[in-house]
Amino acid sequence: MTGGLTLNHFLVLGLILFLLGGYCVLSRRNAIGILLGIELILNAANVNYIAFSFFGGGSAKYDGQVFAIFVIMLAAAEAVIGLAIILAIYQNLRTIDVGATETLSG
Amino acid sequence: MLTQFIFYILAAITVLSAGITAFSRNIVYSAFALFGAFAGVAGIYILLGADFLFIIQIFIYIGGILVVTIFAVMLTQGIAEVNVSNRAVGFMPALITMAGAGAVMLYAIVRTPWYHAKAAPLAPTTYGIGNAFLGPYVLPFEVASIVLLAALVGAVVISRQETRQ
Repeated sequence: MTGGLTLNHFLVLGLILFLLGGYCVLSRRNAIGILLGIELILNAANVNYIAFSFFGGGSAKYDGQVFAIFVIMLAAAEAVIGLAIILAIYQNLRTIDVGATETLSG
Repeated sequence: MLTQFIFYILAAITVLSAGITAFSRNIVYSAFALFGAFAGVAGIYILLGADFLFIIQIFIYIGGILVVTIFAVMLTQGIAEVNVSNRAVGFMPALITMAGAGAVMLYAIVRTPWYHAKAAPLAPTTYGIGNAFLGPYVLPFEVASIVLLAALVGAVVISRQETRQ
């Protein structure tokens, strides 16, 4: 079923997703934009997990999928908490620019 | 050949959508383009024989996380940002950092002799995943439920409007 596709194809796809997500995290000022970048990075990790579990074979076939499910679960928790914090910041400061949240800096 | 064709289609959808997410100046476009990236990754899961992960990706990422994110985008004003770059890290440093990291990882991917198992016939994965969750992974599974409960309560406490007396 692999039909000429190797592990490298999927790893490179995950790498590209990770790089785009990392660029998004590094270059954004909008706090929601940073969260979007983190979601991209987590998806890249999941692509790698599933690819390794498919091409690894053997008894470890389901381990990668189980780990991917844990990653998705933590991503959901992280998104909910992160967005709640961002909304709380917006209620207090009327902005979600990460450069403007400097109330705690000395 | 058909598998390769499908893979490249899915990869193109995923990478283009992720590119819009990363480079768009309007956060609304970024949030909506994320749909394409999630859907493309879901297709990749199907290609790799992970049918349960496909459903999970559709339900949780597209049906849950993306909707919550778009809600948050709509609830915050001044979202169409003009100056996208960060104070600490600008466009070029971010680009150079990620290009350097990407070059190192690409070198590692290409040079490593990966182990390729014989392609197993495709079969439903729910039985194995269920066994794994209630067998060797039962402790992380239970801890995950506590994490989700804490996240639920925490989100409600953090985001509720303070009523000041």
